[in-house]
Parts: sequence; C-alpha cells; structure tokens
Amino acid sequence: MVTAALAAVTVSSFRRTACCLGQIQSYRGSKVENRSLIQRSIARPEFGPFVLLVIEIAVFWGINHDFLSPQNISNTLAFTVELGLIALAMTLLMTSGEFDLSVGSVFGFSPVLMWTLFNSGVASLEAAFVVALVVAAFIGLVNGWFVTQLKIPSFLVTLGMLLVVRGTALFVTSGFPQRTWSAEGSWLAEALVGDFFIGPFRIYMSLFWFIAAAIALGYVLTQSRTGNWIQAAGGNPSAARARGVNVSGVKIGLFILSSILASLAGVISSLRTSAANPNSGTGYELEVIAMVVIGGTALTGGRGTIIGTVLGILILRVMRNGIVLIGVPGLAYNIFIGAIILGMMALHSWLERRHQAGT
Amino acid sequence: MAEPLVRMENIRKSYGRVQALVDANFHVNEREIVGLLGDNGAGKSTLIKVLSGAVPLTSGDIFIRGKKVNLRSTSDAIAHGIETIYQDSALVTQLSIARNLFLGREPIKPPRFLNRMDQEAMNVVARDLLKQVGISKNIPPTTPIGSLSGGERQAVAIARAMHFDSDLIILDEPTNNLGVAETQGVLSFVRSARDSGHSCIFIAHNIHHVFQVVDRIVVMRRGKVVADDIDPKKTSVAEVERVITGMSDKEIRDALAEGTQRPG
Repeated sequence: MVTAALAAVTVSSFRRTACCLGQIQSYRGSKVENRSLIQRSIARPEFGPFVLLVIEIAVFWGINHDFLSPQNISNTLAFTVELGLIALAMTLLMTSGEFDLSVGSVFGFSPVLMWTLFNSGVASLEAAFVVALVVAAFIGLVNGWFVTQLKIPSFLVTLGMLLVVRGTALFVTSGFPQRTWSAEGSWLAEALVGDFFIGPFRIYMSLFWFIAAAIALGYVLTQSRTGNWIQAAGGNPSAARARGVNVSGVKIGLFILSSILASLAGVISSLRTSAANPNSGTGYELEVIAMVVIGGTALTGGRGTIIGTVLGILILRVMRNGIVLIGVPGLAYNIFIGAIILGMMALHSWLERRHQAGT
Repeated sequence: MAEPLVRMENIRKSYGRVQALVDANFHVNEREIVGLLGDNGAGKSTLIKVLSGAVPLTSGDIFIRGKKVNLRSTSDAIAHGIETIYQDSALVTQLSIARNLFLGREPIKPPRFLNRMDQEAMNVVARDLLKQVGISKNIPPTTPIGSLSGGERQAVAIARAMHFDSDLIILDEPTNNLGVAETQGVLSFVRSARDSGHSCIFIAHNIHHVFQVVDRIVVMRRGKVVADDIDPKKTSVAEVERVITGMSDKEIRDALAEGTQRPG
C-alpha cells in the first residue's frame, strides 16, 4: 500500500512536471507531435530505471514471496529515505555540474555533534539539532566557496572536506559512539522518526520528509526559475553567466543544501537506530552518486531528474534487500551494483546518442 | 550629424607587452549593420570583447548615445543594450528554445514567492519570435537547443537579443561551419533585426557574406581601424581585401605565387 502511495505520488508529480521535463526528452522539431506515447516514454531518461526496478521487484518476488511482505517493505523504506534525502540534494548539485563527496562524513558527523552537545548539557536536543544543521550549512558553504571562488574541482574540495569532517568526528569522540537513548519522548524525535502503523505496514515519519523533499526539489528543478539556472549552470556556465545568472551563488546554495540534507539524514538515522557512530555514513557518498546517475542525471551536468533519482534510490535499496532475501551472500552486493551502474550508463549513453541524432 | 548609437574612442588594450588594440576608433549608428573585417590578429575580436564587457580596456572611452559608460562585465553590456552572440557558446544545449530565450529573465507566475516560471507565456513569445526571425519550419518552443542546426541556434540567439530590446547585436562569426542555405537564413535574420530597429556588428571571415548584408564596412589591421566608411555597394571585394591585407594587387599576386611554390 505504501509502495502504491509512493508510486501514486511519483506518477502525479510525473504528470505535473511532464510539461517542463518535456524539454529534456528526446525529440526533434515537429516530429515530436507525431511520436507515439510509447516512443516518447522510451526516450525519457527515467524509462530505463523504471523498467529495471519493475524487473528487480518481479524477480525477487518470484524467488521469495516474502520480498513483498509488509515487514520487509517497511524495513526497506525506513532505510531508503535516509540515503534518499542525500541523493535528492545530490541530484540538483550534479545537475549544476558539481558533486559532493563529503556527504557521508557529514551524515556521520552531525548526529555526533548533536548528541555531544546534548549529552554534555550545553544545549537542549532541539537546539543541538539546529546547531548541527547550521554547522552542516557552513561545511556546504566552505565547499561551495572553494569550488566557485578558488576554481578548484569539487572532487578535490569535497574529498578534502570528507577527511576533515570525518577526522573531526573521530577526534571529538575518540572513535566511540555517543549515547542516544535520552531522545525517548522528545517531540523532535517523534517528528523525524516517530512510527505508526497503516494496516500491517510500519511507517516512519521520515518517509513523509523524504516525499516532501522529493516533491519540493522536483518542483524546484522543473518548474522554478532556480531550476532553469541550475540546469544552465551545469550545461553551459559561461552562457548562463553571460545572461546574468549568478552561477557561483547557485552552486554555493546547492552545496549548502547537500550538506544540510546529509546532516538531516544522519540525525534521522541516529534517532531511528539509537546510535551515533562517528564512522557511520562511510562510503555513502559513492552509493548516493550511483543512485543519482542510475536515475538518469548526467554526471557532466546540465540534465537532472528527481523522478529518476527516486527510481535509482529504490533500485539500489531493493537490490541490497533482495539479494540477501533470496540467499545471495551480502558480500556479493557490490558486484550487482557495479553491473547495474555499467548497464544503466550504457543505456543512458545510447539514449543520449539517439537524442543527439534527433530520432 | 546624429550621435552614433555606440562610439569607441582611442581604445587601447594590452596583454602584457602585446598591444592588441592601438588607439582604435569605432562607431555604429542607429539601425545600421556594420561589417567588421580584418585578418587574423587584426584586433576585431578584442575590440568586440571590450565592447561586450568580456575584457576590460586598458584605456579609452566608450559612449552609448553620447553618454560615457563603463562596461566591466557582460551583464553591464547587456544592461546597456549590447548583446553578443558567439558562434556556439551563447546557448545551453540541454534547455529548450523557450528556456534559453528567457534564461536569467524568466517570467514568474503569481504568487511570486513560489518562483514558478510562466512556461506558457514563454512558449507563446518564443513561437512568435521564431516566426519573426524567419524560421519557417514548425519547431516547437519546447525543443531542446541540442536538437537544432547551427543556423537555427543562431536564429534563437538573434531572436533573444531582439526580444529583450538590445540596441546593438554583435554577431561573432555567425556563419562559420554553416551550409549555404543556413547561411542565407542567418543573413536574413540579421536583416530582420535591422528592420525591427536594431543595429548589428557582423564579423565574418567570409567577406562575401559580409557584402550581402552590411550597410558599412570597417577594416582593422594590427590593432587599428584603418578604414571605417567603406560602402559595400560602391566597393569591390578585391578592393576591401587590399585594405585588409594592406597590400597592392601586385603584392597579393606575388604572395600567392610564392605560396604555390613553397613545398608542402
């Protein structure tokens, strides 16, 4: 049911944004008027990921019917939204031609900071949460400043920031996890990760935050003036600048957004699992980037799709969950992920060539 | 005589020890297409970059309708009604025609705080503009720029300059790499721009394209304007070529003969 609800939201958002997303689909001149719905659907960057997700679900369900059990769906969705929040922001950042490798370390650092402040009595949980978000925003600001003002590639800047932030988290905690059990009964914890049942499904509040973020960022990217600037900043920054678009401002804003959502995801994860480990989030940056590119966002910038990213998130999380459920050793997970990335890149490249050829 | 639309006086631009512009004087009148010609390294591009705000001048003055201006950036130039269209760099290929036309000045639907683009209004204006610049094919305004031909892209860039009431449209090598039919299309877009009250500076290596469309030819050599009032209706291509190279007919023939005798 939840999957159906999510699908309904996705489909409705898909329809609402179809008009503007239409411009990133593959057509040429008046031919577009004559193309069938099927042809146009196939040409969309989201088509490949959508088919892959359907196949994945069908295969896993065919092998093990428990795959679609309420408990399994609830568990998968709970963790999905945490990485998903980061992937949504990363989609916008990558559309603007940059990416952020420091998100995994911010994911680990923010809850450590929040709980350290709270446990030491310096601040209430709510105040500590705000401080964690503000510090994350500052990290994003520094990333953006280095990239746009010093013209250093985002790969190098955010790699450096990854080490600084992770190192800080380890140093502050001496490598030990922080106490988190005192969040019991806090309204903040309830608002972020409170759970309730809809029929047999256990739903966490974080799912609604994820859906809200997906709709908001999908709107920004496809409907808003800012979205036009983001795509222009990634597609042709000098042309965008010549039209008076503040390319640096757009990118700095997206670095800040990326850090804030990584921080929020880290806090949500720590509240849900009652753990704040300074090492948590290690390697998430690459998984998030994989989710985004599998969904059809161009690594080179200029083109991005939130719907595709939502599909990419589900593809990777379903894969991780499914292969364990059907008995494949969990250590083989990366083999499947690597194969999916290569396959989807080949598909997107083929679609791109068709797009350029106008067929 | 009426004050020119743009007047550049004693413009100097140095790159280290290299003098790219040496006391260059240049002007464009209202509703006039000026062909700017010169050999490689003559200073055309530098002059245009100074006028479009892309590079700062070392010394000299720029006047727009008699008023001195300081063009520190391309945004400054756009704000003063000077739009530069480079061959391939002015558009975002991933965005649609309509979104490119309005990039940076997108109309917003109320309520404004939602920051929502008025896509319908953009499409309507884009459709009209494409007709205005003479694109007869039925190209939907939602078509990505990447799907258009080189000539059509130039047309979109010209349409954008016309829509936002740029007084002066600078076209830097607009016919490079275009086929014969597309070149004629671009030349007709330029005429459309003049007919609707805009002035243009047309830079092209192909002197024949310049002759087809301009009202006046200006020639630069070694960073200076060496001729600024050549009437293409009263002057032959050969005569203009002599001004560009600074050689007599005999010198040109000798140089060509020498070139054919060189090995390789």
